[in-house]
Amino acid sequence: MSLAAQVGHLARRSIVRTLRQPASSIPPLIFPTALLAVTSAGLNSATRLPGFPSSSFLAFFLAFPFIQGALFATMNAGTDLARDIQTGFLNRLALTPMRGAALIAGHLAGVVTMGFVQACFYLTVGLIAGVSLATGALGAVTILALATLIALAFGALGAFFALRTGSGEAVQGLFPLLFVGLFLSSMNLPRNLIEIDWFRFAATVNPISYLIEGVRSLIITGWDGQALALGFGIAAILALVSLAAASWALHERLTRT
Amino acid sequence: MRVKAFFSVALAVAWRVLHNVFTTPALLLPSLVFPLFFFVAFAGGLSRVSKIPGFHFAPGYTAFQFVFVLIQSAAFGGVFTGFGVARDFESGFARRLLIAAPRRGGLIAGYALAAVARWMVTATILTVVALAAGMNVGGDGVDLFGLYGLALLVSLVGTLWATGVAMRVRSMQAGPIMQMPVFLTLFFAPVYVPLSLLRGWLHAVASVNPATALLEAGRSLIAGDPAHVALAFAAALALATGFTLWAWRGLKSAERAAA
Repeated sequence: MSLAAQVGHLARRSIVRTLRQPASSIPPLIFPTALLAVTSAGLNSATRLPGFPSSSFLAFFLAFPFIQGALFATMNAGTDLARDIQTGFLNRLALTPMRGAALIAGHLAGVVTMGFVQACFYLTVGLIAGVSLATGALGAVTILALATLIALAFGALGAFFALRTGSGEAVQGLFPLLFVGLFLSSMNLPRNLIEIDWFRFAATVNPISYLIEGVRSLIITGWDGQALALGFGIAAILALVSLAAASWALHERLTRT
Repeated sequence: MRVKAFFSVALAVAWRVLHNVFTTPALLLPSLVFPLFFFVAFAGGLSRVSKIPGFHFAPGYTAFQFVFVLIQSAAFGGVFTGFGVARDFESGFARRLLIAAPRRGGLIAGYALAAVARWMVTATILTVVALAAGMNVGGDGVDLFGLYGLALLVSLVGTLWATGVAMRVRSMQAGPIMQMPVFLTLFFAPVYVPLSLLRGWLHAVASVNPATALLEAGRSLIAGDPAHVALAFAAALALATGFTLWAWRGLKSAERAAA
């Protein structure tokens, strides 16, 4: 069987499994949207702060669900792969001529598909709620591309943790850490408006800030080359590093097996 | 004899829950870390919000957010306890509890007692961190007693709600059903700014949300300028009474399922 066919089979399994588990597929849609609704309504008066970059907090905050959705992708991807390890499915696959690259690519195809569906959902919700994109239709396509790349990066990170630990609980334990990373970023206010020095420093050195700001720039600023370069660049680096780490962890695991 | 049996069951269940929680980091840490983390994220990251025209809160934004996080930690402490109840049912342990307990109402009381004890640890740590972060407190001892008393009632309400759900669904899959209503009730209140600065649909919802009364009373107490305190306590007591009935009927449902 060709590599593409192997990837196709595993990708189909990954996608079907995600869709068949409402507990995996629905919360990534509902939770970020609920947080978007309550936070954008609750902090709308923050747009009256001098120097705030938008007259709509909803538009400013719309970048948040894309990143939170990607965090859910990390958890789901990692937990599914850990379950495959715990149930012995990975060991059975190891007895077949399947290539390691096919396993990771097939597995991540489900994550990327889910990430793309989520991104379409958040964007649609934002547009229905009255957000207009500063970059127009091409900006929407760019947002979807960036969101999908971010989902791939975080999904690969989840796969690495699953392969390294072989435990779904260990992967779940990663969520609070990533959640802290999300909240210690520029998600609620632009960095120049964060008053507390140490928090502004944490947000500045936190790569998640630049992922958020990349998506946000397309919504409220326009074509901002620096924000996009940082957003795509950091997402791409994270994806490459996570994929390399996941490949290494898979190799180690199959060697042990 | 009946009273003695009731308290015997309650204390045994509470002891078991607390022992499990305080000897299992995976159960203990989320209830300790999440409130601290929300406090840091909101009080630290959003302090500039206090500069919005019309925002007046004398003790400052740290105290403003402390009250929200204190109430939130109380409510979610109850929800976390509900997870434990659901876990007990899923593992079959609750069935054995139902058989062994001479007064089954003591089971609910035991879970509630454990939740309150567990929240008191969280509240202590949260308060120490807030004071270390420079939180200003305008209220005197009586005001603060009122604030913590209010939060304790919220912890009880959260526990009774989550226990009622857990005893009906009897599965960990009930987690989102326990969490979502609590989360939405809290966030459909003036979390980031006072009610007067909210606009649109959120202002309309927050105006009739009992959580608004709890937050406004709590904030007035920490500022040393009590307002709507009687309303807040009345709301909390009414919710506690209603959810006691809810949890009791949940227990009856579990008994029928176990019979």
